[in-house]
Amino acid sequence: MTSGTAAHLMPLAIAVPVLVACLMVAAGSRLPHHVLDLLGVATSLTVCALAAVVLTRSADGRVVTWNGDWRPKRGVSVGIPLVADSLSAGTALLIAGLMSCALLYSWRYYSPVRGYYHALMLLFLAGMEGFVLSGDLFDMFVFFELMGIAAYALTGLKIEDPTAVQGGLNFGIVNSLGAYFSLAGIGVLYARHGQLGLAPLGQRLTEHRADALTVVALVVIVTCFLVKAAVVPFHFWLPDAHAVAPAPVCVLFSGVMVELGLYGAFRVFWTVFGSAVPHDDIRGAFLPAGVLTAVVGALMCFAQSHLKRMLAYSTIAHVGLFTTGLATLTPEGTAGVALYAAAHAGVKSALFLLVGVILARHGHVDELKLHGCGRDARFVSWLYFAAGAALAGLPPFGTALGKSVTEEALTRAGHPWGPAVFVAVSALTGGAVLRAGFRIYLGAGPAPDAGGPVAIAAQTTGIEEHRETEQLSRTPRTMYAAVLLLLAGGLAVGVLPGAGRAFDHAAEGFTDPRGYAAAVLFGTAPAVGSPHHESTWTAQGVVLGCVSTAAAVLLAAAAVRAPRAPDARRARLRPFLRSLAAVRALHSGHVGDYAAWLLFGMTALAALVGVLPVDG
Amino acid sequence: MNLYAYGVAGWLLLVGAFGVVRSANLVHAVVSLSVAQSGTYVLLLCVGYQRAAGAPVFGSTLRPSTRVTDPVVQAMTLTDIVVSATVTALLLATAVQVHKQQGTVDPNRLSALKG
Repeated sequence: MTSGTAAHLMPLAIAVPVLVACLMVAAGSRLPHHVLDLLGVATSLTVCALAAVVLTRSADGRVVTWNGDWRPKRGVSVGIPLVADSLSAGTALLIAGLMSCALLYSWRYYSPVRGYYHALMLLFLAGMEGFVLSGDLFDMFVFFELMGIAAYALTGLKIEDPTAVQGGLNFGIVNSLGAYFSLAGIGVLYARHGQLGLAPLGQRLTEHRADALTVVALVVIVTCFLVKAAVVPFHFWLPDAHAVAPAPVCVLFSGVMVELGLYGAFRVFWTVFGSAVPHDDIRGAFLPAGVLTAVVGALMCFAQSHLKRMLAYSTIAHVGLFTTGLATLTPEGTAGVALYAAAHAGVKSALFLLVGVILARHGHVDELKLHGCGRDARFVSWLYFAAGAALAGLPPFGTALGKSVTEEALTRAGHPWGPAVFVAVSALTGGAVLRAGFRIYLGAGPAPDAGGPVAIAAQTTGIEEHRETEQLSRTPRTMYAAVLLLLAGGLAVGVLPGAGRAFDHAAEGFTDPRGYAAAVLFGTAPAVGSPHHESTWTAQGVVLGCVSTAAAVLLAAAAVRAPRAPDARRARLRPFLRSLAAVRALHSGHVGDYAAWLLFGMTALAALVGVLPVDG
Repeated sequence: MNLYAYGVAGWLLLVGAFGVVRSANLVHAVVSLSVAQSGTYVLLLCVGYQRAAGAPVFGSTLRPSTRVTDPVVQAMTLTDIVVSATVTALLLATAVQVHKQQGTVDPNRLSALKG
């Protein structure tokens, strides 16, 4: 198969799900439920196959499709391209794979809303595929909005549930506001340079020094991606949306949609602004933002008793780690984050689905109230503990490999504190998940009515979470199959020989704007340079992975046992607890507050990128 | 004239965002969001505007060599309007549902999601 064929296949990855979705909405009420399920899974598997073909072709050079055959002449283009390098094709495959698992899991889900659930999921799939494959700034905005609209509707799908509609509304307003700001940025950039394609824009910017307008455009455009990526202080919508969205939808939210925000931000930075804006300015803005996000996410995660909200904050913590890794602006850091994100997608999705199983069986997702409820579920408990340990970074899961590669990249880039942050955040988020597992599956610690910890009234607990299925006496096999597939995926990233090399290759291509521009504008396919670094297991990485897992288990055990601490020790903890409560109070569920934080974050980002002097 | 249009665009964007921040009614917040988006329409159109240039429709009256306004930003504005209509409709429908479930559309009195 030539790369021409692959180029013809690329638009199909977007068009096929849209067409099937239209068909489902039109004929959904007349189709029996299992036909809809089958059609949904078949469509997302088709997209998987298309993405896999594009991925194998992109190993030899980027695959470029000019829609309508408007090819560039002598490096000048008026067309709108789709561009796949290994990283974007790999992400496209990840999206379709997760969607297949989510639809497999939701086999026989939502019998009452015929057709709409499946159609929305497929539109969501099309939006994400388009976003990741697009080589044009305005197209990225349009696909961003397409996936956004599908996501808002999916969040509010449980329309009888007051939290679900409120979560969907907050998500919608905050994301759309960010998107409009970035559209204004795209307009400003077009006014200055007369281009919308990533490659031609990048080329125009190499000829100009960065001025205030360029910095403003960068900040404003990146804002909407950071809102999607839930980087502090743009993250407030995420726990609201994740806590209320149905479990299979959360798989896509946490597994890939949030990471797509980071993909967008760094894709735009590398291809468009990479040559104009000093890299140290970007590092100076994104390293602190990443660390802050990781710490806030991890602390908030540990403080939750609502299981889905806990997992949502853990996603924020991991996004912080990803941001820190990408902000090194080196191929090693990028490769590590790509590995980490791919494995994290499998592990976190498996956890969300397991929480979905709990919700289907017990009708709520509150950790404290579920105490001892899962004692009879042997098999599920093993899956849950495996996923929890993997989240904490237990080798040989891919999360541990990605964590170790990213830690080394940070150390090599002159940030020796990197590994400490990674271990602490992994231990806290893994510890929170394991703590819930100890309580639910082992019945550890005091029961909630016997003087155990009591949830404070002023926060969201998982007690009123609405069911997504009929009450299930036994869990269907399709649900287990999806969880097992996802966990196996997370393991495969770490175990398969050659996985590290493939991610190195992808990262090398992602961080090479010159090769990108040459492939898009001149149709030459310069071989992606062979990576000068190999991502493999190292002794240090394995040790740090084991350390973070052990710390997570200890934290979980300590939190479950929770002997009433002597007053002196509690007094020492009090300032910390008070500040944690203050941070918690900021997550008010008030959409105006979230919009204000968005404006504040944008201003802070502009100050960090544009104003602060950079040493060196 | 051009500078004035850019000023209007920026003002609409900011005043819309301010409306969302200060809103005491979800319907008002959604409409404020549309106001912010109107700012992007004005911005895009004024990016493509040229004095004494025709509409970009070439035919018997307008030959391909004459100056026209930029059709790209006009296409972008149209796409933007479609996006806006969809988002606004969906969010308003959600606001109606919020009222049905919680009996209020004042975000200060919604308390289902905290911490």
